[in-house]
Amino acid sequence: MPMHVSLLHFLFISAILFSFGVYAVVTRRNAIMVLMGIELILNSANINFIAFGRYGTMNLDGQMASIFVIILAACEAAVALAIVLNIYQQFNTVNVDEVDSMRE
Amino acid sequence: MTQELLLQLATVILLLPLLSFLLLIFFGKKLPRQGDVVATSILGLALLTSLGILFAKLIFYHDELLNYTFTWVDFKTVAGIGQLKLDLGIMIDNVTAIMLVIVTLISFLVHLFSTAYMSGDIRYSRYFAYLGFFSFSMLGIVITNNFFMMYVFWELVGISSYLLIGHWYEKKSASDASMKAFIVNRVGDVGMFIGINILWANFHTLTFEGIFSAIASGHIPFDSNPWLTAAGILIFCGAIGKSAQFPLHVWLPDAMEGPTPVSALIHAATMVAAGVYLIARAFPLMTADALVFIAYIGAITAFIAATIAIAQNDIKKVLAYSTVSQLGYMVMGLGVGAYTAGFFHLVTHAAFKAGLFLASGSVIHAMHNALHHQNDHHTDAQDIRNMGGLKKKMPITFWAFVVYTLAISGVPLTSGFLSKDEILAGSLAFGNLTGHTLIPMIGFLVAGLTAFYMFRLVILTFLGDHKDAARFEHLHESPKPMTIPLIVLACLSFFAFYSFNPFGASSGWFFHAVERPMSVVPNAVAAASAQMFEEAVHNVHFMAMYLSLSIAGLGILLAFATYYWKRINADAIAKALSPIHTFLVNKWYFDELYNATVVAGTVGLSRVLAWFDNKVIDGIVNGVASVTRLTSFASGRFDSIVVDGVVNSLAYLTGLFGLVLRKIQTGRVQTYIAFVLFGVMVFFFIYRSV
Repeated sequence: MPMHVSLLHFLFISAILFSFGVYAVVTRRNAIMVLMGIELILNSANINFIAFGRYGTMNLDGQMASIFVIILAACEAAVALAIVLNIYQQFNTVNVDEVDSMRE
Repeated sequence: MTQELLLQLATVILLLPLLSFLLLIFFGKKLPRQGDVVATSILGLALLTSLGILFAKLIFYHDELLNYTFTWVDFKTVAGIGQLKLDLGIMIDNVTAIMLVIVTLISFLVHLFSTAYMSGDIRYSRYFAYLGFFSFSMLGIVITNNFFMMYVFWELVGISSYLLIGHWYEKKSASDASMKAFIVNRVGDVGMFIGINILWANFHTLTFEGIFSAIASGHIPFDSNPWLTAAGILIFCGAIGKSAQFPLHVWLPDAMEGPTPVSALIHAATMVAAGVYLIARAFPLMTADALVFIAYIGAITAFIAATIAIAQNDIKKVLAYSTVSQLGYMVMGLGVGAYTAGFFHLVTHAAFKAGLFLASGSVIHAMHNALHHQNDHHTDAQDIRNMGGLKKKMPITFWAFVVYTLAISGVPLTSGFLSKDEILAGSLAFGNLTGHTLIPMIGFLVAGLTAFYMFRLVILTFLGDHKDAARFEHLHESPKPMTIPLIVLACLSFFAFYSFNPFGASSGWFFHAVERPMSVVPNAVAAASAQMFEEAVHNVHFMAMYLSLSIAGLGILLAFATYYWKRINADAIAKALSPIHTFLVNKWYFDELYNATVVAGTVGLSRVLAWFDNKVIDGIVNGVASVTRLTSFASGRFDSIVVDGVVNSLAYLTGLFGLVLRKIQTGRVQTYIAFVLFGVMVFFFIYRSV
């Protein structure tokens, strides 16, 4: 019985990827790792867009949206890395646990 | 002389003694001789001016009333009354003109006498200042034409008598006497004040003219005759106080604590004369009932005082009671309707009573010096039992004293005979007209008593032998400033100054000048008309004269028999009648009676009020205070426990929540993301079925 790859499979993959991303964002101490987690979340969203483009009614709009997201992710990575560099200059670390001056 | 000039001069006379007072009270000690020359000459000037006014008045304006009125306060239109204004002013009629001379004359002589009598006194200039003030007050009463100024000056007389009687205020008895005089006078003044207010409430004017014309036109207080009688009697109450009538006569004998010249001034021309003058001024509004009341008060006073005078041994006390008695005569005279006679007696009495007091001052002065010379500080210089035989040492004083005594006893050829005889004739006529025969009986009895105690005084003081031969050597006649007033006053005690007929004053200038004013009260309550009264007097005149002469003669004879020839043993009689004698020595126990009733009552009432204040009022105040304290305490406790407790526990709770909640505020972005995810999942869970 041939396995049909359906929308649900894509969404499933996307959900797993999203969960990994969230896990990475929440648990990683290193700010670079947190950024990588964010990339995972964004990419899980891309998969959703493309899947809905193929199986849903979005058609090429899904692919367009995912390209926008990739562009945005590049920009976001640039800004975020600049912030991380500044944090490193300020605190001599990129460990997000130690950067808790927001507390009080 | 125009009328305006006379009125202006009268104002000047009024202000001269005030000037003397102001000069002496402020600059007295800097003036030469402490200012006595200034004061005496100012009064001398006032006397000369007064004489001028009297002559001008009698010659040019004999029957006219010189009047000057001005509006002092204009109340404009007052609701329910209409136009209302308070008029003041002065007036001069013959009575005023005569009184001006009497007051300034006696005051001047007293000033002159005092320059010798008071020399060396510690408050010499102040004494003269007060004399001036006293004269000013009395002159104010004399020249006013309204009850308002009358009352003001009336009170000024009260305060100046207080100052003079209490001149030697270091002496307890003197300060007590001055207070007694003032307070007893206040009692009478309250009545006078009410009387004046009745008149003001009804007539809205206080001038004599305005009130009399209102009554004459039929407008009487509260439309009732009894109110008119009450108004008259209430005004007379002022005279009861000032003229020392029963029952307010008690202050006058005590007032002897003042310097003797002051007694002369108070008892002759000022103060006591004020009361009689007031009755004379208010005479037209007196109803028959009010006049009967006045006559009885006068008669009772005359009798009581004369009986007391018999038993006194202090020379000034005898004279004091004789003053009270003679004032009773005057008041009785006015009361029975013998207006002219009553006022005439005031004038003649002013001269001889001032003389008697000044002569007694001269005697006391001599006695005092003699005692001082002997270093004797125990013998009383005023007790007639320590005197006797002074005739040889003090001839001028003696002869003057004899003249005054003859005058006061009503012996013919003296002024006192003329006035007293007229009063007695008037009272006899009154008795015949109205049936009040008690009044003439008392009148004649008192005439005898007066002659008796006055001659007793003369005999014990001047005749016989002196009690102490050593002291007798040191007695001397007083200096000229003291004897001159005595001589002047002795001259004025003869008949010729008042009437050329020694046996009847009714043809003299005085009776012509001072006529009984027309009564203005309604006919129903008026006393017998002046014409009826004159006829009645005319009928009994000779009878009254013989009666009074024989009674006075009897009194004099009795005095000589008892104290000079010693045919009658006075001590034995006193012993035989010891209850009566003690009663008289103690002055009918009036002081004791008043102490036991009025004074003790006042003190008792004060005690009760003080107790009420201390216990009840203070109790209420303290109770309120402690209730307030208790409430404050409770509310304070409520504040600090309940209100603060709520607030504090809220704060504590907030703090507690804060402590718990701060735990999730980690500052780590990851934690927050975890919370956000948790929240998102919760929302998914909640809205899963929608």
